[in-house]
Amino acid sequence: MPIPFASMDRMNWNTKAIDRADRLARARHALGRRLLGKQVATDAVGALLEATLQPGDRVCLEGNNQKQADFLARALVQVDPQRVHDLHMVQSVLALPEHLDIFENGVARRLDFSFSGPQGARLAKLVSAKRIEIGAIHTYLELFARYFVDLTPKVALVAAQAADAEGNLYTGPNTEDTPAIVEATAFSGGIVIAQVNELVDAGTTSLPRIDVPAGWVDFVVRAPKPNVIEPLFTRDPAQIGEVQVLMAMMAIQGIYAEYGVQRLNHGIGFDTAAIELLLPTYGESLGLKGKICRHWALNPHPALIPAIEAGWVESVHSFGSELGMEDYIRARSDVFFTGADGSLRSNRAFCQAAGHYACDLFIGSTLQMDLDGNSSTATLGRITGFGGAPNMGADARGRRHASAAWLKAGQQARTGRGGAAGTPRGQKLVVQMVETFREHMQPAFVERLDAWTLQEQAGMDLPPIMIYGDDVTHVLTEEGIANLLLCRSDAEREQAIRGVAGYTAVGLARDRRMVENLRDRGIIRRPQDMGIDPRDATRNLLAARSMRDLVRASHGLYAPPKRFRHW
Amino acid sequence: MNVHLSYAECPARERLQRIVDPGSFHEWLPPAERLTSPHLAALGVPSSFDDGVAIGRATLAGRPVFVAAQEGRFMGGGVGEVHGAKLAGLLRRALRDRPHAVVLLAESGGVRLHEANAGLIAVSEVMRALLDVRAAGVPVVVLIGGANGCFGGMGIVARCADRVVMSDVGRLAMSGPEVIEASHGVDEFDARDRALVWRTTGGKHRWLTGDCDALVEDDVEAFRAAAIASLDASAPVTLETLEAEHALLAARLALLADVSHEDDAVALWSRLGVADAARVGDLDVDELRALRPA
Amino acid sequence: MKDIAPGLETLEYVFPGERPAGDFAPVLAGVVGSGNLEVLVEPAPGSDCSIRIETSARGFGGIWEAVVRDFHARHPLAGVRVSINDMGATPAVVSLRLDQAVSELTP
Repeated sequence: MPIPFASMDRMNWNTKAIDRADRLARARHALGRRLLGKQVATDAVGALLEATLQPGDRVCLEGNNQKQADFLARALVQVDPQRVHDLHMVQSVLALPEHLDIFENGVARRLDFSFSGPQGARLAKLVSAKRIEIGAIHTYLELFARYFVDLTPKVALVAAQAADAEGNLYTGPNTEDTPAIVEATAFSGGIVIAQVNELVDAGTTSLPRIDVPAGWVDFVVRAPKPNVIEPLFTRDPAQIGEVQVLMAMMAIQGIYAEYGVQRLNHGIGFDTAAIELLLPTYGESLGLKGKICRHWALNPHPALIPAIEAGWVESVHSFGSELGMEDYIRARSDVFFTGADGSLRSNRAFCQAAGHYACDLFIGSTLQMDLDGNSSTATLGRITGFGGAPNMGADARGRRHASAAWLKAGQQARTGRGGAAGTPRGQKLVVQMVETFREHMQPAFVERLDAWTLQEQAGMDLPPIMIYGDDVTHVLTEEGIANLLLCRSDAEREQAIRGVAGYTAVGLARDRRMVENLRDRGIIRRPQDMGIDPRDATRNLLAARSMRDLVRASHGLYAPPKRFRHW
Repeated sequence: MNVHLSYAECPARERLQRIVDPGSFHEWLPPAERLTSPHLAALGVPSSFDDGVAIGRATLAGRPVFVAAQEGRFMGGGVGEVHGAKLAGLLRRALRDRPHAVVLLAESGGVRLHEANAGLIAVSEVMRALLDVRAAGVPVVVLIGGANGCFGGMGIVARCADRVVMSDVGRLAMSGPEVIEASHGVDEFDARDRALVWRTTGGKHRWLTGDCDALVEDDVEAFRAAAIASLDASAPVTLETLEAEHALLAARLALLADVSHEDDAVALWSRLGVADAARVGDLDVDELRALRPA
Repeated sequence: MKDIAPGLETLEYVFPGERPAGDFAPVLAGVVGSGNLEVLVEPAPGSDCSIRIETSARGFGGIWEAVVRDFHARHPLAGVRVSINDMGATPAVVSLRLDQAVSELTP
């Protein structure tokens, strides 16, 4: 017999649809003739926001890593805080001053985000002044995931390159986070507002392709100036030093060749740029072409051009684009993910997933590491988050398909172990590559991360750690490589790290006998152990040593932004 | 990959060794003699054993030359008291010994401000000595191709020479880009617009306007060849050459009387008769050579 | 840091040498630029290796001592004088320049 249950006397299961209709009606009413179909007159953007936003709304403003919906951000700062206040902002990156101005003037109250590099210090001040509540810091993919669970935006303010009369959007090379944001918002009764650089009339001009269908978009407004995009992934080869060349040689010989790494992601930096520029020269001399580095989850780094031209690279999927690379990408459609229109299609959510599950190695730098191998870029007085690194630099425990590199790493970690910890499985190579001293002789190796102090200062649940020590498989410094996979105790792990920590206090405090023993067992390897003479590590090994060399390598297709020219 | 050896990449001493005939360089007042700056230590700034410039004699295509190379990475190549004295001494010795030519590998921001008046006086002594050597019929050839360019007092020194050779990476001017921006505002000159900086002070611009005599690739071999080609390029200053220069400059001023502020170098090149002036920034040295008006 | 006199810091170390370097023309490696250093190696009477450092990065004597000690362990030269002008190079760069200079001694 069925058990009766009390059902709520809920009359209406369509509250979201009704709410959405109300907002749309308010907008139509407020804008009048300044709304034509979905197109909003540029000077009506303030009225649009005040009509569609309600106090306490969860709002996603496109602060991506690279592109910014800066026109909408400025408009949001200008709304009447009496009408629109206490918004809950969910966004990937705090890049513009406006992203924090809305907290100063009460338009916004609460924040969930991933990265805030340029605004880290100001964010820390607002937190201690209690002008802002941070929900949590996330890695990008984690934040996108929550858009579909418990952080669903009610209103999305996005940036696109172009829109047509119906409201279809072309997001072009810098598609980035937009698809994830718009899908979550549009399919939960939310409102999607897009700023665009151009409107096409479908008569004489049309969209190169449709990246977001009109059915998902409610309003389109033409911005007076093209949206801001920063060239964050360009590194001038002229700034790469000998120490970085040495470390890059060790990465290629000591790790990529050793494990046969075919699929990888590079965290951006001069160290990894050096690796990219050494493939066609040093990598070639080792006979490694075709044996490593064929598939990449990577933004279109200009530093990868020589390797692509020399035939090393089969595919690159990107989180976003990179200014100046557009024509090169078009001309290399075999390598990059391009649409039928020829331009790049990037997608941060999918690229992060690719980096997590479909890559065998992540390598990136850090600011500090402790003796457990925990690493963090968190420093006192700044709250910055970590962007994609926690996702890239984490073992993918859900992975099931095998590759040589993954199996070898997993075997090195588990041989001799019993029980659950010894169950055979693969492991992703996660390499932290760092010089032992940073600028101003700041040591990269410390007994206690600043992250612990930051946790106390900012009242966080946990110390902000970028990559956990038990995910780190290798530590690579100018002194050599420590293979943590082979360590079988905390003491061994500690000495392995001390053994590559150079002349820092942490390094000088090493147990010399233990470190020698670790070297004998191959847990620590010095350049000489890998057949590398540090005196060979000169800039002459770089396939390109200047921005102009990169332009030449691209046959004139790469057009660096003005700030990088020197001719 | 690196078929050419970039001149800009090389440290000063390596440039010098590779420009002159192999093994022919004999250094005067070498680092081991420790002729260092008497001023920097008091300011807590490290000295360099050669005070940032190597001087000596060598041969070039078999002919005896005197040479000097400024190290741009030390104090920006700034001329201090000892540095300037080494240059002036080299030139005065040239006046006495009459080598075939004097070759200066210049890379400098000008006077080393840390040494204030001593630096200023040093630069003026270099100018005087250079003009004496030039007047005596010994050609002074200046090579400019370092990343820091040749600015300030050394920019003036360079233009006092018989012949100037530049690469397109090189820059030659008096005031530096940051100084211009600081004095006249970013709307007048945005120092971060590096394409603009090179349009205004770079080798291509200088060559198109006749302010440098030869334009070469950023390549050590190319600089060596240009230096050899300049060995007989003595061009003493005469009343006629001065008057011709004045006429040229007056004509150029007239040419640009109605140019608006936005057009800058491209407009000048156009009016000087350079075809397709807007593309100059993207052209290789070889392609550009074909465009210089007679 | 407070105990260090203002200006440049001078550090000197002497090690007993084992491998005579003989007579050789002075060798110079590196340039005094930011984060860089120059190393001058000259023959000296006696059998020691003396090292004199002038640096604008003050207060790192402990690290310099460890670096030059390891350098001498790698190259226990006798009858040699090493002079350094340093502008804040990291130990990695210092060790590299020292090794570069020595490599030009032994052809």
